[in-house]
Amino acid sequence: MSSFLRNIIRLAIFILIQVYVLNKIPHLHRFITPYLYYLFILWLPFSVSRFGLLFIGFVTGLILDYFMMTPGLHAAACVLIAYIRPFIINVLTPRDINEFNYREPSAVAMGWTPFAVYVFILTLLHHGYMLFLEWLDMGNFLDFIIRVLATTGISLLLIFTVELLFPRRLKFRTNTQ
Amino acid sequence: MRNVFLFIRRYFTFFSFLAFQALSLWFLFSYNKFHRSKFLGIANEMTGRVNNQYNKVEDYFSFKEENRRLHKFNDSLLNLLPSNFAKRDTSMQLIKDSIPYDTLGHYRRYIFRDATVIYNTVNSRKNYMQLNRGSNQGIKDNMAVINSDGSAVGIVVAVSPNYCQAMSLLHVQNTVSASMKRSGEAGTIEWDGLDPRFLTLKKIPKSVEVKNGDTVLTSPYSYNIPPGYMIGTVAEVKVDNATGMYLVKVKTAANFYSLQQVHIVENIDRDEQVKLFEDTRKKIEEAKKNPG
Repeated sequence: MSSFLRNIIRLAIFILIQVYVLNKIPHLHRFITPYLYYLFILWLPFSVSRFGLLFIGFVTGLILDYFMMTPGLHAAACVLIAYIRPFIINVLTPRDINEFNYREPSAVAMGWTPFAVYVFILTLLHHGYMLFLEWLDMGNFLDFIIRVLATTGISLLLIFTVELLFPRRLKFRTNTQ
Repeated sequence: MRNVFLFIRRYFTFFSFLAFQALSLWFLFSYNKFHRSKFLGIANEMTGRVNNQYNKVEDYFSFKEENRRLHKFNDSLLNLLPSNFAKRDTSMQLIKDSIPYDTLGHYRRYIFRDATVIYNTVNSRKNYMQLNRGSNQGIKDNMAVINSDGSAVGIVVAVSPNYCQAMSLLHVQNTVSASMKRSGEAGTIEWDGLDPRFLTLKKIPKSVEVKNGDTVLTSPYSYNIPPGYMIGTVAEVKVDNATGMYLVKVKTAANFYSLQQVHIVENIDRDEQVKLFEDTRKKIEEAKKNPG
């Protein structure tokens, strides 16, 4: 299966799970929604160009936005993490793109600690920015901080659960790509 | 100028990031103005389709609750029905007779009165049902009882001022004349007292073709029951070797477990017909006694 097709399917699954499972289940608290869909952006191959990342992030966020009737909210957050992503990867594993043995960021490709930091920073950014935009409309500051921390915690839990439960069959990069 | 282009090229990613951010924020903050009209129009169409499919699945999980709510609502509506308030009037229905009689070309042969089954059994060998109409409403013995779906269910056998008792077809002493819809052959419906879902049709000669699924109607040769009402469908055909007739198992059209609204049918000419029959019999028998 080509990388492109696989990512399309992955996007559809993530969006469907986000819209029909995570947004529907009874929440722990009326404000705290578990988020998982942006893991799609975290899992995009290393080889995607930076502009490509921005564009894919924008589209991903917008699709979710149209399901949730909040145009722009998730798109903005996704564009942010898509923009930050290459910097984080560079800082954590300072290698040239072509030096990676695997195609996609994962615990195996980057090592557990760098990967955990990578996920943590991007999750915090995503939720922080998204909830910040929501907070502009209404709410107080303490509420905002608590929500960011709680949502980040739940999302991290979900992401690592997914990472452990569904080990991706990671393809070793070959010379032919 | 060249430096400007170089600058833009160098920070192309950053600028596109800013552009996407601006676009997103514009969407976000102009949402109320453009609410559904511009962006959401087409997007709604797509998400609507997906939501629709999801809803089909989700509905299955709420069926039970929905059903309970609906049932409750139905119940409250049923309580408002006028039939709950003991009303002792009658509703009439005109049946056309084949022989023109008066200036209009018809005369009334059957009168229908509505009634409610207030007591009914199926488990005894002799099942009766009690209806909420009696002699005060013009009910007499030997009137037929027709279910709300138009299937024959019994015959009135006893009448009190406000109630009457009808012998169900599920009565071992019951004999009702019946005919096959396809061939018109007449026989007798009886009940063996075993299974309330099945009656027995007797006296159909072997010369007639009887198939499973054939319809059995009330026959035109009855003083009590108007012809052409359904009794049931043939479920099993056996041959009685002793008589050379069919023994047909008939699945009842009416569900005797759940009789509620019925009609009581009066044959206006019954007395005349019965009197003629008796007179004829007497005449013939007297003629036998006094030959010549």
